[in-house]
Amino acid sequence: MLEPVDKLEVSVWRGDASGGAHVIYQVPRQPSQTILDVVTWIQREQDAQLSYRFSCRVGMCGSCAMMVNGIPRWTCRTHVQKVVQANRLMIEPLRNLPVIKDLVCDMSDFFVKWKAAGGQFRPRKTRQDPVEPLLPDSPKRAAASAAIECINCAICYASCDVVSWNPAYLGPAALNRAWSLLNDERDNGQQARLKAVASDAGCHNCHSHANCATYCPNELNPTASIAGLKRLASMAALRGNL
Amino acid sequence: MLDTRLYLLQRITAMIMAPLVLLHLGVMIVAIQGGLDSAEILSRTRGSLFWGGTYGLFVLAVSVHAALGIRVVLFEWLSIKDIKLTLVSWLVFAVLLMMGARAVYAVVA
Amino acid sequence: MIIKPHRGQPLWIAFLLHRISGVGLAIFLPFHFYLLGLALEQSETMDGLLRWSDNPLVKFAEFGLVFLLAVHMFGGLRLLALEFLPWNDRQKTLAAIAVALSFLLAIGFLMRAV
Repeated sequence: MLEPVDKLEVSVWRGDASGGAHVIYQVPRQPSQTILDVVTWIQREQDAQLSYRFSCRVGMCGSCAMMVNGIPRWTCRTHVQKVVQANRLMIEPLRNLPVIKDLVCDMSDFFVKWKAAGGQFRPRKTRQDPVEPLLPDSPKRAAASAAIECINCAICYASCDVVSWNPAYLGPAALNRAWSLLNDERDNGQQARLKAVASDAGCHNCHSHANCATYCPNELNPTASIAGLKRLASMAALRGNL
Repeated sequence: MLDTRLYLLQRITAMIMAPLVLLHLGVMIVAIQGGLDSAEILSRTRGSLFWGGTYGLFVLAVSVHAALGIRVVLFEWLSIKDIKLTLVSWLVFAVLLMMGARAVYAVVA
Repeated sequence: MIIKPHRGQPLWIAFLLHRISGVGLAIFLPFHFYLLGLALEQSETMDGLLRWSDNPLVKFAEFGLVFLLAVHMFGGLRLLALEFLPWNDRQKTLAAIAVALSFLLAIGFLMRAV
């Protein structure tokens, strides 16, 4: 079998919460290679101590999200040939989240904010009530559906500069989720949810950079959702309902 | 880090100022033709309730709008917080309002 | 200044332009108000400063200020539309139009001024 000639020079961030550095690995280039393939090769062949997350490896779970050449991506869905620059790659843990070790970050803040923004569905009806008919093309349902495919991979959170500038900011994923639920006619927690997203940690922090929409692998648009939240919050405030 | 109240104040002053900015730019483009001196400015503005009212409103709106805008920049980029942030924001508002009011008075009185 | 990889896209640059123009205008305004305030009791000083501003370099700086004001306003109108009207997918196009209009306005000022 022929030895592959091309080698990638891959710079990987190694370290933990107390600090770390980039370490360079020479990785053989393969056809149809993904960044996840690269990380896996390093862990298997070069350094078994390398820590990283993955699960489905087919672009459904979002576990493998990392910074690739400075941009947050699903590594299982990022082909080396699309992002490699002069045979070089840089792989780092997701931005805006504390590092546990190497490429693994602590997602706790992300989920705390998801809950704080009212991400949990609050039902109005019980199992004794008749099933509520939902028309899929009503404007509210269409708005809710447009935002609903979020798998909480935190790529938008990692790409958002306001998150890095304001530690309390709830962030694009949490606010996108809140928008989806605020448009859900079955939900009974709207007052509290609107208050949460209208607070000074909420939607008004967004400066519409649209990095979230640019990098979301599911092609969601938190910028648009947050604009919707601004409208809801403003109308409620002007009516004295906030 | 603006709550809904401050956000609305920022946006409403912006809406007030949009037509005023267009008016101001138009006036400037016309006024500077053939050079500009104090006599020319004053001949237009002295004793004018219209210019006094228009620019007075402009000064009030821009003082609020700029103070809130600077507030956000100071918080996000210089990490100034809490009481220091509130004090600086009010300071910016006060300086712009006072100097602006003096300027309007100076050309209208 | 090298822009980090995740920031180079057009709407982020639009934000940066909006912020820089806002801060620039906020710094400029006190000087502007001071000059106008001279009209009441120090009109000779004011005329002296106005004559100084006839200098083409100053006129070019004023062109810059007019551009900053126009870009902040047109960019701001785009944001008001983004926030208060139903979502429009053409944000990049609108941002480009805002910059173009601002430039035209500022050039119009410069052409009249020199």
